Amino acid sequence: MATTVVPPRKTNRIGLEPAVYKGSKSTLCAGCGHNAITERIIEAFYEMGVEPHRVAKFSGIGCSSKSPAYFLGSTHGFNAVHGRMPSVATGTLLANRTLLGIGVSGDGDTASIGIGQFVHLMRRNLPLIYIIEDNGCYGLTKGQFSATADRGSVLKNGVVNDLPPIDTCALAIELGATYVARSFSGDKKQLLALLEGAIAHRGTAMLDVISPCVTFNDHEGSTKSYSYVKDHDEPLGEVSFIPFFGDIMVDYDPGSTTEVTLHDGSRLLLKKLDSGYDPTSKVEALRVLSESHDNGEVITGLFYVKTGQPNFLDLLNIVDEPLATLPEAKVRPPKSALDEVMESLR
Amino acid sequence: MATTHISPAESEAAPQHERVVNDLSIQVATVNGSGSQSSNMVLLRALFQMGIPISGKNLFPSNIEGLPTWFTIRASKHGWIARRKEIDFLVAMNAETGEEDVRGLDAGAACVYDEKLNLARLRDDLIFYAVPFDKLVAPVCPDAKLRKLVRNMIYVGVVARLLEIDMGEVERALRKQFKKKVKAADLNFKAVLAGYEFAEKNLEKRDRFFVGRMNENAGKVLIEGNAAAALGCMMAGVTVVTWYPITPSSSLCETLITYMKRYRMDPETGKATFAIVQAEDELAAIGMVMGAGWAGARAMTSTAGPGISLMAEFVGLGYYAEVPGVIFDIQRVGPSTGLPTRTAQGDVLSTALLSHGDTKHPLLFPASVGECYSMAIEAFDLAEELQTPIFVMSDLDLGMNYWMSESFPYPDKPLKRGKVLDAEDLNRLGGFQRYKDVQGDGIGYRTLPGTNHPAAGYFTRGSGHNEDALYTEKGELYVRNMDRLERKFETARRLVPGPVIEQAGHDVGVIAYGTTHWAAMECRDQLAREFGVQTDYCRIRAFPFADEVAAFVRSHARVYAVEQNRDAQLAGLLRLSLPGEEIGRLRSVLHYDGLPIDARSITDAIMTQEVGS
Repeated sequence: MATTVVPPRKTNRIGLEPAVYKGSKSTLCAGCGHNAITERIIEAFYEMGVEPHRVAKFSGIGCSSKSPAYFLGSTHGFNAVHGRMPSVATGTLLANRTLLGIGVSGDGDTASIGIGQFVHLMRRNLPLIYIIEDNGCYGLTKGQFSATADRGSVLKNGVVNDLPPIDTCALAIELGATYVARSFSGDKKQLLALLEGAIAHRGTAMLDVISPCVTFNDHEGSTKSYSYVKDHDEPLGEVSFIPFFGDIMVDYDPGSTTEVTLHDGSRLLLKKLDSGYDPTSKVEALRVLSESHDNGEVITGLFYVKTGQPNFLDLLNIVDEPLATLPEAKVRPPKSALDEVMESLR
Repeated sequence: MATTHISPAESEAAPQHERVVNDLSIQVATVNGSGSQSSNMVLLRALFQMGIPISGKNLFPSNIEGLPTWFTIRASKHGWIARRKEIDFLVAMNAETGEEDVRGLDAGAACVYDEKLNLARLRDDLIFYAVPFDKLVAPVCPDAKLRKLVRNMIYVGVVARLLEIDMGEVERALRKQFKKKVKAADLNFKAVLAGYEFAEKNLEKRDRFFVGRMNENAGKVLIEGNAAAALGCMMAGVTVVTWYPITPSSSLCETLITYMKRYRMDPETGKATFAIVQAEDELAAIGMVMGAGWAGARAMTSTAGPGISLMAEFVGLGYYAEVPGVIFDIQRVGPSTGLPTRTAQGDVLSTALLSHGDTKHPLLFPASVGECYSMAIEAFDLAEELQTPIFVMSDLDLGMNYWMSESFPYPDKPLKRGKVLDAEDLNRLGGFQRYKDVQGDGIGYRTLPGTNHPAAGYFTRGSGHNEDALYTEKGELYVRNMDRLERKFETARRLVPGPVIEQAGHDVGVIAYGTTHWAAMECRDQLAREFGVQTDYCRIRAFPFADEVAAFVRSHARVYAVEQNRDAQLAGLLRLSLPGEEIGRLRSVLHYDGLPIDARSITDAIMTQEVGS
């Protein structure tokens, strides 16, 4: 008797296939760093076994902001207006605190037009994964400088940027974000670990991901080109992420690592490369970032993490169930309440 | 326009010797920050408690301390509560404006003034009462630091004595004003008594103005429009409130915070059934409303004109992406510095068409505190039924002043949450198309983030999407979608509050909306009594205009649209909405000096135009 062996289909811990985590086909340029980031996002949500309906996706305007259509295709997404994604994400998470929010922005969308909402998002420590797909230029309007372009970078037409860049990571740390990292779209392993850590975190997780623009900003004069970043990438440490899924215990030799336990029991391991980098110190993080600017390096890794800090929703003392779907009995006070107010006005 | 002088019939002013009871306006001129608001509220409330129809209007500067401020109280046995331009009884406490205030009075008016201002020298056709405020306050209030605040209570006593306001009601009003601060109430009442006793001993009553008990206010409440709107929001089940401070809207959300903390904490967990966030600016406030509305919350913000301008882009997205949200616009005069604390109906046209591309939005026009309450409730229902931003167009006069009202009724209908599909619905239907017009009313079905069904999710974008919410730039699909949105606006026309019409076949029609209503009603009475001009009336309560509005215009030879802006903004919207042949019937009466509109100005303006027709 012939037997056909059906190979077991690849699924994650909640029994979903990788395809569930994909979105529609990318319309960005071939080779765009943003597409690599999309792939890592898909992988991270798959690996972490997040139910797609529990997620809400947000973006502003720009090449980066198109990308939420390319992952988690069955998930609700909101493509907001330029630079204002943080407020839309905030509103949604206020309305439904059980959602896991992920916002994708760009360097123009964040550091120029969106800087106002960005800084207030960071200081609120809203539980949101905030990704900047950072190429130092405006791709969708054909390559103008953004505020993260390095001093001295040159546009294709020869224009030189004379202004200093805004370091979104330093800013986020200063303002109160509780998980701040920088990575490179081409660094699969590091980016995946940082994304998985961000998914497990309960607070603002800000990831600035250098993502070269193959069309407008991948030439010799650019400090955000693929080759420039490859040559100047200085990983702060090797980041590994160990998820916590209840009964799965991972035995890991700490060796020369710093370990951070996230709110759900997951652990982030940072392998120390130099003088005992401490990701829980704001001062140390800012020093490292400042030094890297002086040395013309792009330092990557997890700069700062703080667990156990109350996030914005905790501070607001909102009920556990989504505000959006509370029944009428919970949101319309009884007649006695109105009577009491009326009596006080007589 | 040529100005024809129209003299109102002389019968309006009573002969000098006759007693005028319960028909007067009192103006108190003070300096901002001198605590006069408490004194004025005590006077207003005491008259209210005496059962006399009253209104109180605070005309205040954009300043915390030092600039001139006026408070006008009107008591009217006829029930007229619009501002009266003519002042009968002046309390002049401000050295800076005293002379101008006195010069502005009509002959026969009374003036209580601070002795040291020496105002009696200015006119010989007024009745003056000099009061040595400093001398009177010193023994009452030994603490020199408090004197500036207590000093204004003296005039409450003086006025009470001169007008015969019941002192029992004055004390009751004062104790209500100071709530639990008994010591402060005692001190202030001592000052009131000092003023009363001084007037009793030293001032001979020579003017003709009096008040007397009536029974018009039984069961009524006294409340500001912003507080009434806040109550409406709470009773509408609002769950997400985001705001940025701006005069004159701030007190709406601030009052709402107080109410929600008291009545909307979950009794089982002690947690809030709401989220209230003071945003970093109006851009963020409306963005949060959009995010929350999209996720299914009843979300709102409140602002004024400058904030509306900042919200323009997001509101356009809300229109195209079809996201519910409620925005209160407490209208005031124009941008930046100048007259931000003065009233206007100046945002009507820009808000109706706010944003870029083809956008238009439903507007509700509350005229009373009762409608601030009821329209707040309606606005949330409309936002969710129509899946679009809804504006409630209040103004400073309504929002920040105290108005009398019947008690607000408890809502008798359940919340209308609109077309929302849950996972069970999706199982039954097999899926849905976000932007498909299933029932012909232009409104599609939506799902909320978090719905546990593989077909629930969709991607929300601006202008370019097909019925399945997928990206498209095809012109044909864009047109189809825009035409559906137009159908939805027609549905809105049927759902928004209709006009209130009083029609008896007269040639002349009057149209008003919002706070202009009160002056318009009094004007109609003046037109009839003084000039024999009978009018029909249409009070517009919402945009898009119901069909009855066009019918009203059509059935009159001349229709005067009265509003508080320079550019005839509502008339402009009417011109966009009416058939061509009706437009010529429209005329405008416009008032835009920052003060609440008064009946006499409207009557004069209408008669000027009537004389020529």
